[in-house]
Amino acid sequence: MKLVTAIVKPFKVDDVKASLEVLDVRGMTVSEVQGFGRQRGHTEVYRGAEYKVDFVPKVRVEVLTDDADAARVVDAIVTAARTEKIGDGKVWVTNVESVTRIRTGEMGTDAL
Amino acid sequence: MDIDSGNTAWVLISAGLVLFMTPGLAFFYAGMVRSKNVLGMLMQNFFSMGLVSVLWALVGFSLAFGDGGGWIGNFDFAGLKDLANAATQLPGYVKVDDSIDLSLTIPALAFCAFQMMFAIITPALFTGATADRMKFAGYTAFLGIWLLVVYSPVAHWVFSPTGWLFKRGALDFAGGTVVHINAGIAALALVLVLGKRKGWPKDAMPPHSLPLTLLGTGILWFGWFGFNAGSALGANGLAAQALINTHLAAAAAMLGWLLIEKLKTGHPTTLGAASGAVAGLVAITPCAGYVSGLAPLAIGLAAGVVCFLAVQIKFRFGFDDSLDVVAVHLVGGIVGSVLLGFFADVSVNPAGFDGVFAGGGSALLLDQLVAVGAVLVFSGVVSFALAKAIDLVIGLRVSPSDEEVGLDTTQHSETAYNLGDFGSMGRVGG
Repeated sequence: MKLVTAIVKPFKVDDVKASLEVLDVRGMTVSEVQGFGRQRGHTEVYRGAEYKVDFVPKVRVEVLTDDADAARVVDAIVTAARTEKIGDGKVWVTNVESVTRIRTGEMGTDAL
Repeated sequence: MDIDSGNTAWVLISAGLVLFMTPGLAFFYAGMVRSKNVLGMLMQNFFSMGLVSVLWALVGFSLAFGDGGGWIGNFDFAGLKDLANAATQLPGYVKVDDSIDLSLTIPALAFCAFQMMFAIITPALFTGATADRMKFAGYTAFLGIWLLVVYSPVAHWVFSPTGWLFKRGALDFAGGTVVHINAGIAALALVLVLGKRKGWPKDAMPPHSLPLTLLGTGILWFGWFGFNAGSALGANGLAAQALINTHLAAAAAMLGWLLIEKLKTGHPTTLGAASGAVAGLVAITPCAGYVSGLAPLAIGLAAGVVCFLAVQIKFRFGFDDSLDVVAVHLVGGIVGSVLLGFFADVSVNPAGFDGVFAGGGSALLLDQLVAVGAVLVFSGVVSFALAKAIDLVIGLRVSPSDEEVGLDTTQHSETAYNLGDFGSMGRVGG
């Protein structure tokens, strides 16, 4: 099993969700995060003093899939989240040792 | 007529109450937008307190209340000229006959200050319709020009005793046509030029803080006593009548909105309570000093139900009136202005006329419809043309990427809520 983690622009989350639903992905977790990559932050001004804000708001999307689906999930996220402008984010895939559904105790791909 | 100290005190206090409505409106709206656009919303409202006040003192008041005939004032009072002189009489404010006396018993400057606060909040009402996408530079241009080419003339038509609608016999106690219909139709014109927000109506754009919206509603309700009861221009029985009418209409409209909301959607909501109260306050505004008894309950209840239903209009016709300025202010203003033709009662106010229910026939109702129609056409057409012109010259709408990032950082370089401790923010320049 794989964990697909993506950092995307906040206003792209709905598009990502819609494209994953097309793939019949049955669950995802999102969290509001902030950070920086090549896109740097913006400046803010308070009473004439200028400040550089390094971290920009992003959304982290996490999806558990079986091995066979991981590539398609990645493709779907990349296609949906791409604006071709700096700051579109990243997607990475990691191996998952085990998954358990809490309600039933099912394990492995049954728990996805 | 002599200056009366009690009347003057009440009007001065009312000026403060009406001023306070604009921050109230700002928070009413700001709670309903997404957190990236909070400061943009607050700023547009607060900025009206700056720009409109200056323009009002320079020429706005004079164009509205100067003696220039039926259509617009003149420059007699430009720059507050002569207003501090106790001998100055504002045109038209004279004793008409034994029963009707329009003479002011307050200083002309107090009247000017009181009316200034109306001029501030009227264009601020647009900001709810144009939320989340209007460029600040375009807004400031529209605000200033609109005040002088639309607000001042319409205030002259209706409020000034020398205005053509006033003379015709149309009634508007505190601004059903001048404030609410005027701002409501201008808001619609702006929305048509601006276009819809990216993602509307498919994407949810939920209110970021309904507590702020309810706080703003409370401030509006409080300030509205100055708006309506202050429009009696005296500390007297008419002011008391206007105050209780205002309060009862807001209360009944809240109940009306909540009732139909509960029936149609299953839940009475806090946003519904707030919206209903404001709809009632809007509808009673033209009527406040001309009706009595339980009429405000009927007017409020009608406004609550009708305005709730009117929210659907924007979805039907596909215009993105973001925070329902059309449904609440335009429709609510029309409901009040038209119902006044039925409920007006000359025994409440000798300067008024009897409506249909008081045995006055349909004469007043007809004048009310003429006033509503005239303001709709004039304000609608001029506002649309002005919005188009500003869109071409300055641009009315922010870029798509600025809209995505939000107005707060792109228009004002600020963030509304810096809640975390790790903002990683460093002073530039040291």
